[in-house]
Amino acid sequence: MIMNTVLDSKMERTFDKCRELLEDLQFTAVREWKRAQPGRKAVAYFPVYAPVELIHAAGMLPVGLSGAGDRLDLQYADARFGSFICSIVKTTLEMGMTEHLQPFDGFLFSSICDSARNLCFVMKRNFPQMYIDFIHLPHNPSSPATPPFLAAEYRRILTCLEQLSGHKVSDDDLRNSISLYNRNRALIRELYALRATEPQLVRAWESYLLVRAGNLLPVEEHTKMLEDALQELRTRALKKRDSIRVVVEGSFCEQPPLVLIRMVEEAGCYIVGDDFTLGQTWFETDVPATGDPILELADSYVNRSVYSSVRHDFRKPRWTALVEKVKATRADAVLFLIAKFCEPAYFDYVPYKQELERAGIPHLQLEFEEKLFTFDRVRTEVETFVESLVFD
Amino acid sequence: MSEKTEYRGSIHQSQKDLMLNWYEQLDRAATTGDPPTVSMMISGNCVELLEGFGAVPLYPEVNALQLAIRHQSLDPILAAEDLGYAADNCAYVKADIGCMLKGITPTGGKLPTPTLILCNFVGCNTYLKWFEHTAKLTGAPLYVIDVPFMRTDEPRKEDVEYVVRQLKETVEKLEQLTRRKFDYDRFRQAVDCSRRSEDLWSQIKHLARSTPSPFDAYFDAITLMGPLYVYRAKPEGVEFFETALAELQAKRDAGHGVYEREHYRLVMEGPPPYPYFRTFRDMFAKWQACAVASTYSTVGGLWEFGFRHDPDHPFESVALHMIEQNVTNRNYLQRYEQIRRYVEEWNADGVIIHFVKSCRLFSAGQGDMRDYFTKQLGIPTLYIESDLEDPRYFAEAQTKNRIDAFFEALEHSKATALRGSA
Ligand code: SF4
Ligand code: SF4
Repeated sequence: MIMNTVLDSKMERTFDKCRELLEDLQFTAVREWKRAQPGRKAVAYFPVYAPVELIHAAGMLPVGLSGAGDRLDLQYADARFGSFICSIVKTTLEMGMTEHLQPFDGFLFSSICDSARNLCFVMKRNFPQMYIDFIHLPHNPSSPATPPFLAAEYRRILTCLEQLSGHKVSDDDLRNSISLYNRNRALIRELYALRATEPQLVRAWESYLLVRAGNLLPVEEHTKMLEDALQELRTRALKKRDSIRVVVEGSFCEQPPLVLIRMVEEAGCYIVGDDFTLGQTWFETDVPATGDPILELADSYVNRSVYSSVRHDFRKPRWTALVEKVKATRADAVLFLIAKFCEPAYFDYVPYKQELERAGIPHLQLEFEEKLFTFDRVRTEVETFVESLVFD
Repeated sequence: MSEKTEYRGSIHQSQKDLMLNWYEQLDRAATTGDPPTVSMMISGNCVELLEGFGAVPLYPEVNALQLAIRHQSLDPILAAEDLGYAADNCAYVKADIGCMLKGITPTGGKLPTPTLILCNFVGCNTYLKWFEHTAKLTGAPLYVIDVPFMRTDEPRKEDVEYVVRQLKETVEKLEQLTRRKFDYDRFRQAVDCSRRSEDLWSQIKHLARSTPSPFDAYFDAITLMGPLYVYRAKPEGVEFFETALAELQAKRDAGHGVYEREHYRLVMEGPPPYPYFRTFRDMFAKWQACAVASTYSTVGGLWEFGFRHDPDHPFESVALHMIEQNVTNRNYLQRYEQIRRYVEEWNADGVIIHFVKSCRLFSAGQGDMRDYFTKQLGIPTLYIESDLEDPRYFAEAQTKNRIDAFFEALEHSKATALRGSA
């Protein structure tokens, strides 16, 4: 018992650290990393996926941004992006306009949706001093021409990154970065597997904090954190709760507030699968750290990616993949947690819903905004949903 | 006070005839299975390729806008919302899917299940969702041509190669599906027809540089856009644009404008509110304000700055058109530049930004665009909001007030400038 308390307080400290990291709009950790070796640079990327290995191999710190949550009032961005646009687009611009992005030397966007794409170019106009680029991540995986095209795109980006860092990148540098991130992603897969088999050992909000911290920490440090955490979580002696098992879908880009994730769990759900900060769990298997590293990275995007509302693969529909995920995690239901005005998630909801209904899988749709959501109403909705399943 | 001065020459009737003929072909395809049909997006369409198979394009966007302009879009939109689509999804998609569910077509004739659903992905991510969903609903085969976005100033060599390769895969796919051999010569001829249609269309657009402009490059241009997408690669298309150019040129030479007296010259950004097309037009007619250029009329292709399809390099030029020469695949700052050139070279007094709720491709960030034009360039700019398909988002009185206020201010500043120079 005493042992457990010691362990738990150590875990608590880790979670606190993670929470501080993701709530810190000053990006103190990034500033410190840069200060430790003057001349080092940091490159941010907008969700969902970015080839972080390229940034890392160029000796820079890749940082995954996820908006500003409810920690920033909008003074400028509302006028620039107006109504019907999701919150993360606005809070990201607002961070720029209020000097919060000052620690970053570059910023990468990709072809996830129309709002984020326009944001990239609005940022370019407003922050001409920053290196801002757009990666065209392909939507036709069936063509043999696609991996070489993406490899060419990555080489273009890499050349820009080399210029920014002043560091020429070798194939070995890239292979080394790929290996480091492979290890990191494998640990995250392990964490998810643990949640699916023994959900009482690790809450979804805890795993969320652990994973999301990787958006801000150097990969080496984050990997160490995950290794330690996994070891400790496994030795926890926590009892099974009376909960249904759900897969959360729809939070791949703008992130739900942490309290919302906790609330879903407290309302009687084990979240055994989710798409939170999806970029960090992007590949189903390791990227080969052999051969032509750029081509391997590109080929992995085309052929090893997880399914996602922002990647289109008409060889295998996402709705089939969702049903498979529900089965693999032995989930009882799907909970759609959709960011307000997130058009890719709104669209996918329809075929997802149709396919779930065909497979007899219950589902509930909830909408959130990183800035605000109606806590009580959402809580009641989840509780009612859980009850309806339990008493069925 | 208000003038109803929409252009009604003989081209208006031939435009109608052409479009009706198109719908008849689609009806025949639905009944007999011939000709083969390919559904595509307007933006950066590769209609030339279809000619190589004698196939007919099917444009869900054209169906959606026809429906809205006839005030029939709300029912299908509601049907799609019942299926689970959100209030904030693009209403073009909802109207199209709602029509499928309810069996509604724009003419009352039949629409075929396409031989191939060809998603020419140029910029708009909604295209991907839309065609995936229609493929799921109809069971028709889907192929996506992934067109790299204009993230650099010029298209890259790799981008062009990538698109050419996919165009050739599309050809293979269509050969299997239609059991017809691709007719390369016919394809080249189609590319040549396009070159000629585009040249004529570009000349028409340049007529609007005259004062007064002989036509409205937003409201009237929309009439000419149907033939541009369906017929530009056919001799009928060339003929249509020859007639159109001759008529408008004659009008220009006679000094006839859209209005008795052209009072204001505008550049329009964003798609029109189709459910209130007439009402919206009248709000500008009241001020004798003529659009001399518009970005919306370049969704299908951007030709007024010189691009033409090239029969000597048919695949490459089709690829280039898809990558670079349509407004949706060009980046936002390139759109700012396009509008800026219109203001300067077409000699406009102001810019109207029409924010359309459905369409994030056009609208996300238009507040920044306004900031650029008003603050950085000092060009009078009006920002108004509604929708292109969903009638529930048109606030008539408010829109009218804002438009009136804009012109009053413009009038005032014109008067002040006159007094200043006197
Ligand atoms: S939350 Fe959705 S709409 Fe907003 S940027 Fe992300 S993917 Fe695009
Ligand atoms: S989002 Fe805009 S460009 Fe895309 S389909 Fe809808 S109206 Fe067309």
